[in-house]
Order: sequence, then C-alpha cells, then structure tokens
Amino acid sequence: MNEHASITIRGKDRYKSGVMEYKKMGYWEPDYVPKDTDIIALFRVTPQDGVDPIEASAAVAGESSTATWTVVWTDRLTAAEKYRAKCFRVDPVPNSPGQYFAYIAYDLDLFENGSIANLSASIIGNVFGFKPLKALRLEDMRLPVAYVKTFQGPATGIVVERERMDKFGRPLLGATVKPKLGLSGRNYGRVVYEALKGGLDFTKDDENINSQPFMHWRERFLYCMEAVNKAQAAAGEIKGTYLNVTAGTMEDMYERAEFAKQLGSVIIMIDLVIGYTAIQSMAKWARKNDMILHLHRAGHSTYTRQRNHGVSFRVIAKWMRLAGVDHIHAGTVVGKLEGDPATTRGYYDICREDYNPMRLEHGVFFEQNWASLNKMMPVASGGIHAGQMHQLLDHLGEDVILQFGGGTIGHPMGIQAGATANRVALEAMILARNEGRDYLHEGEEILAKAAMTCTPLKAALETWKNVTFNYESTDMPDYAPTASVSL
Amino acid sequence: MRITQGCFSFLPDLTDEQISKQVQYCLANGWAVNIEFTDDPHPRNNFWEMWGLPMFDLRDAAGVLMELTECRKVYGDRYIRLSAFDSSHGWESVRLSFIVNRPKEEPGFRLERHEVEGRNIRYTTKSYAVDRPEGQRYGGS
Repeated sequence: MNEHASITIRGKDRYKSGVMEYKKMGYWEPDYVPKDTDIIALFRVTPQDGVDPIEASAAVAGESSTATWTVVWTDRLTAAEKYRAKCFRVDPVPNSPGQYFAYIAYDLDLFENGSIANLSASIIGNVFGFKPLKALRLEDMRLPVAYVKTFQGPATGIVVERERMDKFGRPLLGATVKPKLGLSGRNYGRVVYEALKGGLDFTKDDENINSQPFMHWRERFLYCMEAVNKAQAAAGEIKGTYLNVTAGTMEDMYERAEFAKQLGSVIIMIDLVIGYTAIQSMAKWARKNDMILHLHRAGHSTYTRQRNHGVSFRVIAKWMRLAGVDHIHAGTVVGKLEGDPATTRGYYDICREDYNPMRLEHGVFFEQNWASLNKMMPVASGGIHAGQMHQLLDHLGEDVILQFGGGTIGHPMGIQAGATANRVALEAMILARNEGRDYLHEGEEILAKAAMTCTPLKAALETWKNVTFNYESTDMPDYAPTASVSL
Repeated sequence: MRITQGCFSFLPDLTDEQISKQVQYCLANGWAVNIEFTDDPHPRNNFWEMWGLPMFDLRDAAGVLMELTECRKVYGDRYIRLSAFDSSHGWESVRLSFIVNRPKEEPGFRLERHEVEGRNIRYTTKSYAVDRPEGQRYGGS
C-alpha cells in the first residue's frame, strides 16, 4: 500500500472551509521519514466496511493529534505541519482480512515531558471511539531516547532491589495471601509469617485488599510487619511483604505509604487502576523513601486481551517502566491467566533489557533504547506450582518473581511446607542449570531427586502433578518466527 | 537454626565438586569470584571480610577451590561465601552468591521488640553469636 504518493492538498486550498478527507489534510505522508526524536505508534486499524484503509489510518493520525472533523482556519496560526501526526505506512495484517497496521509518527513537541497522562490522552484519547472504525488497537510504540530521559523510571530497579534484598542468582519467590478477602489482621499475619519462615522472600497483598470491614489497613500493616521481622530473625535472611497502599485518594495512599515506611517495610504496592498520574506520584515517593514499588496490573485485561481493540500489554509495560514502578505482573505462560510464550517473552524483554531489538515473532514491532533507565522486575503469578519449576525457569529466566499463592498455601502439610517445597525446587533447578544440565528436559528427574531429601517437595509434586492450564491464547504475535512475510 | 542466605541454603551443603561446577559457571560468564567470610551473619551485614581480592582473569575453578581450602584452614569455624561479580554495563553488581562453609553450631538471631507509641513496635534483629567478642563467636580460633 506504500506505492501511494502523498495526496496532501497544499497551500491556500488546504484551508478552504468545509470537510476534507484526512488523507488529503496532511495526515497521510507515505514519503515521511520519521525523525529519531519522533514517537512512533503502531495501530491495528479495522475500518468500517467500505472505508478506505488509508483514509481510516490517516484519520487515526489526525484524531490522535491536531485534527477535528472539519477544516479550521486557526491551523494557519500555528506550525500546523509539524504538529500533525503523520501516518507513513499502512500494511495489511497477515491472515486477518479487514485489519491493517498503521504506522504513525508524532513530533516530540506534541507531548509534555515525563507525563504518561499527557501521552495517553493523545494516543489513546478520543480516537478509540471514532465512528469510521470498527475497532482500533494500539500494538506498540517506539519511544525516543529524548523522551525516555524525561521520566524517572523504576524507583529502585532490579539490580538495587537484589542488593537491598541480598538475593542473587535465582528468581525471587513470593505468594499472595489467600483467601484474598475476609481474614482478620491477626490471621492474615499468620499466613505471612508461615510463608516467609518456610522460605519465601516475599508475601503479597492481593489487588483488592485495601481497608475493608473485616480488616482495617493499619491492622494489616502492623501484623504483617510483626510477621516479616519474626520470619527474618528465624531465617537470618531479608524478607518483605508488599503492603498494598491503594486507596480512594492520594492523601490516603500517602498516609498508608508513610505508615509502611515507619514500620520498616522494604516494599509497598499499588494497583494499575489508581491511574497513571497516581502511579507516577507513588513512584516519586518510592524513590524518595528507598521503597521498592510493586504494581499489580488489576484491570488491564479489560483492554489488553482482545486482539482487535484496546491497548496491547506491551505498551502498558513500556508506560509503566517510564512511570517508575519496580515490579509488574507480566504473565506466567504456564499458569491460569492469559499469555502465550512468544508474546510473554516480548513483555519480559521490555521490562528487563536496556535495548530491545525489533522482534516481530515476539510481537515487538520497534527497536527500543531504554537509555539506562532502571530495569523492572516482572512478576509471574497465577496458577503456578513447584512441579513446573523447570518450565518457569526456561520461559521466564532468572530476573523474575515467581508467586505461588495456592501453590504455597494449599500445600497438604501446611504453609511453611508449601514455601519450603517451592524454595527447594527452585534452588535445585538453578544448581542444575548452572552445572550445564539440560534442566528443561531433565526437570522432572531433578525435582524428584531433590524431593528425596525434602518431604514437602515430594508432597507438592504428588498433589499438583497433573495440573496444567492448556487453553488457546486470545492474543498472539501476528508473525511466526520463520515468517517470510515482509513488512 | 540454619541461616538461609545465599542461593543454595535450602539444599544439603554443597560438596567441593558441586562448588567447583558453580564457580566454573561464573567464570564462563566472565564474572570474578570473591571469597568472603564473617562471624557476624546479620542479614543486613553486607560487607563480609574479603579473603584477598576478587579473582579477575581466572579461567579454571581449581584456583578458587585452592583459595577456599586455604580460607577454610584459617576461618573454618565461620561463615564463608562465594560471590560472583559481573562488571558489564547495566548490572555492575553481584550475580551469584552462596554459602560454602558454616560454623558447626548456628545459634541464630533473637528478635527484640521495642514497644513505642500507639501499637507501633521497633524491631531489632540480634545475632546471639555477636554477644561474644569477634573471633570467639563460634568456638573461636
């Protein structure tokens, strides 16, 4: 589709009153070469029947930057051509009739420094409700270094988190306290103590544990910190529990965060639903107060999961790395929640690498230079257990937090035993990997051998031996690893 | 008790052959291995004493094992750990750390609670061993 030359109307005729096609207004510029400082967005556009894909894509560029539905003379008071987003490429999506990938470049001056709210108000603002489109999805973004450098980035980062926690060479282990609702503060602290003493590094509040009638937040914080300190003394190693400070107002969140700090917690937690600005504020607070900041991605599936409409999680991951959180839930591959291996790999690379090459087979459409912004620790949580340790290590690597909630608390011999089973399985797998063994294929054997000197692991393997979640993913890359389809 | 710092504390103590394989893994990655010892294993005691410098430019794990043997002769009653440093940009810190020697008895830690205003408690973790002078904490050499 790129054989089209520019059809932009220039000069006086461009500003005649009335309605003009977007592709003639300067929002379709197939000859445009994006500048290094441009932000580039890739949208999956599904035009309404009969709508020209080029016009639809130009409209997306227009509606996400300067355009309105009609020509306005006031454009002539500005450097309008600079501020117009320019769609410079439209490709049909492989094997998806009626869908098109539209590449759109935005001049950096369209955006305020260091504000995800401002970025998203343009890129995913009005345009997603635009009538000539059946559906629209923001697939990926290329963020120029000049823009990346206006953000704080993760408050702590993977390396400093490991130094502070004194944990090197293996994934960290966590668990979400269950049942997620209904426990009193005292009972809740019991679960934290048992899990940490048994061998986990972290326990975690769930996304919807805030301050409810059954447990006021101060009760939770006080009992949790008793549990953390007691377990830390029992094990002689650093422990932590993510205290969820999510609340109805910023004032309440700051109050909770201050209390967590006063109690000596190393980590606090927030939910994605608090909004981008609140997340950036908490990231600043965390940097200032030496606190690790965990983000639960509550709510994201409402807009990330369907392939034709919404925002890809890879974009959310990029925004959150800019916004400055230290941990982000990014999928397990083998667990109970959505995520195919290739797409998940793409998310993990976005969290952890300083440079992402273009990897279409992982759904990564642009190279991205992170310019030494701190790395963000991905968290794998939801339906995983000790018997999958070799697969988890293979898919997710070493810099990850593996959270076994049910897989710890549901252990037949109790919570401590559940925690110990996970830790022993993990250490045995790391030992084997470092020794150069083919741990992925010998995984079951490695676990069985470790279980010979660890009864809790033996029981865990027995209890969950055939538990898998094999369902087809709803969101996968459009390009296979061996694809000959060229862009 | 058994202090569970480091990467492999939940496994049975590693044999020298197992230690050697881990060291070889570190060297293959281009990391410098350091031997460190202490008789103050408080979880926030980051700076254990160094047995010489990190062994830069080493190719063979046997060199580390030789030094470890020497270190054990002198400080065999203390905690000894190996730490591997990665100097590559963006990491520039420890990549792997694990305990390779422990005192025969590990008395562990007590938790002191200082009750302050409201229901707040200030917690302090204290090692039983450090009540005794340095060098005499684990049967002393």
